[in-house]
Amino acid sequence: MLDYSKVLNPTVVSMPPSGIRKFFDLLDTMDDVIGLTVGQPDFVTPWHIREEAIASLEKGKTYYTSNAGLPLLRQEVCKYLERRFSLTYDPAHETIITVGGSEAIQMGLSAILSPGDEVIIPEPCFVCYEPLTRLCGGVPVPVVTRVEDKFKLRADELRRVITPRTKCLVLPYPNNPTGAIMTREDLEEIAKVLRDTNIVILSDEIYAEMTYNGQHCSVATLPGMRERTILVSGFSKSYAMTGWRLGYLCAPEPICRMVLKLHQYAIMCASTTSQYAGVEACRSGDEDIENMVGEYDRRRHYIYEGLRRIGIDVFEPEGAFYIFPDIRRYGMSSDEFCNRLLREKKCAIVPGSAFGQCGEGFARISYAYSVKHITQALERIDDFVHHL
Amino acid sequence: MDKILKALEDDATLTPEQLGMMFSKETGDIKKLIETYEKEGIIVGYKTLIDWDKTDREYVTAMIEVKTTPQRDGGFDKIAEKIYQYPEVQSLYLMSGGFDLCVLIEGRTMKEVAFFVAQKLATIENVTSTATHFVLRKYKDKGLVYGYAEPDERGNCN
Repeated sequence: MLDYSKVLNPTVVSMPPSGIRKFFDLLDTMDDVIGLTVGQPDFVTPWHIREEAIASLEKGKTYYTSNAGLPLLRQEVCKYLERRFSLTYDPAHETIITVGGSEAIQMGLSAILSPGDEVIIPEPCFVCYEPLTRLCGGVPVPVVTRVEDKFKLRADELRRVITPRTKCLVLPYPNNPTGAIMTREDLEEIAKVLRDTNIVILSDEIYAEMTYNGQHCSVATLPGMRERTILVSGFSKSYAMTGWRLGYLCAPEPICRMVLKLHQYAIMCASTTSQYAGVEACRSGDEDIENMVGEYDRRRHYIYEGLRRIGIDVFEPEGAFYIFPDIRRYGMSSDEFCNRLLREKKCAIVPGSAFGQCGEGFARISYAYSVKHITQALERIDDFVHHL
Repeated sequence: MDKILKALEDDATLTPEQLGMMFSKETGDIKKLIETYEKEGIIVGYKTLIDWDKTDREYVTAMIEVKTTPQRDGGFDKIAEKIYQYPEVQSLYLMSGGFDLCVLIEGRTMKEVAFFVAQKLATIENVTSTATHFVLRKYKDKGLVYGYAEPDERGNCN
């Protein structure tokens, strides 16, 4: 009989399942739950994008593309980045089409990390950076962000955790789960800390289109930052294309060459059908983005005001489609709060502790839902906190 | 303010309080604004879209192309005014192209609609001809797809 404890990778074995997964597993066992948990748009991919994917299949475009992705898509991605965010990348040597932003994150980290390298990760944040860093032999170094700073990364906090082993800073803004953003001024302070170092930035800009008080600023547009930035993004959030698994990574050529090796051996190429859909999204999807972001913005105001009226402390998020209320006044852990809300009122929100220790005392609420649905959830939350 | 109108056009059930929360305005201000829109006829009314095919109600809808001789002193408006007085007429549009007026009417049976066209519509002065097309199935109306509501199948992934 095979001894699995001897064959499995100890790094993976010791990797705890994400706290968010545990909560979702519990959620799956219950009926009639009003949930605000989903981290993906409630829109369907716009028809003109789906239509291009169908057309590509009708034309028999069912082969692998080049490893880096369709040249046409890489060109369109670069045009899009320049048009929307003033980012300039070479489609031939600095752009790789990936299987979602998630692959781009893993490949980016794998391309730069050696065992013992430290990766600074601002928390609360999306759940993947820490385990993927460990998988590469790296050492995750969490850096706390706070509600009083609107969950922005502060330069002094960053400076405090930098050591000679620091290889990378993850910059996950606009942020899941807090809805925080970093403005050009905020990033300038970070850039000052990094400018004369060898630290690489992994800038996860998957929510770049979802900012509500002005256009997103990419750190790569700041002087001296492009050369050290691995930009990861994708189509999932901007065009409601989560199921297509289509993303991209842009970085200077020396980094991209390494990423391409990994991508080539592990993935070959992203789905060809999805890539043709991506071409159409980049070319003609700007209006779809405006419409969807307009709708998210209405819901953002609505849920912020709704939580405030209930009497819950909450900071007004400026990006992504999450709001991160402060539940410390109710005297229980975020896990307990969310579990009780789920069991007693059948309303699901995600414990903030799932996104890092400093998420304790908060909860993530997604507003990628209809106003009617959000209203029902707010009623249940109101009922819950007023009977505590 | 167009944003508020657009939100109401998409969902007439939104209350002034909800709209105020969405657009960072006082509930009272939204109420006043809506009253103004109503007085000015910008907001014409509120209805509910119902898929009657899912009920036992017997009904039939028809689109009628109407050709007319426009009147010297009222153009098409005078004829239109006569036509839209009938409660059976649900919608009425002045058209470009091969006919002048497009009339959408609803009745209980095809016979009832046919009777209305023959006895009422076709006999109106200056109506020169009609062509009736019965609706067999409604797939989409006012931007909403008719059929069964798709369940939310989004996975809890991250």
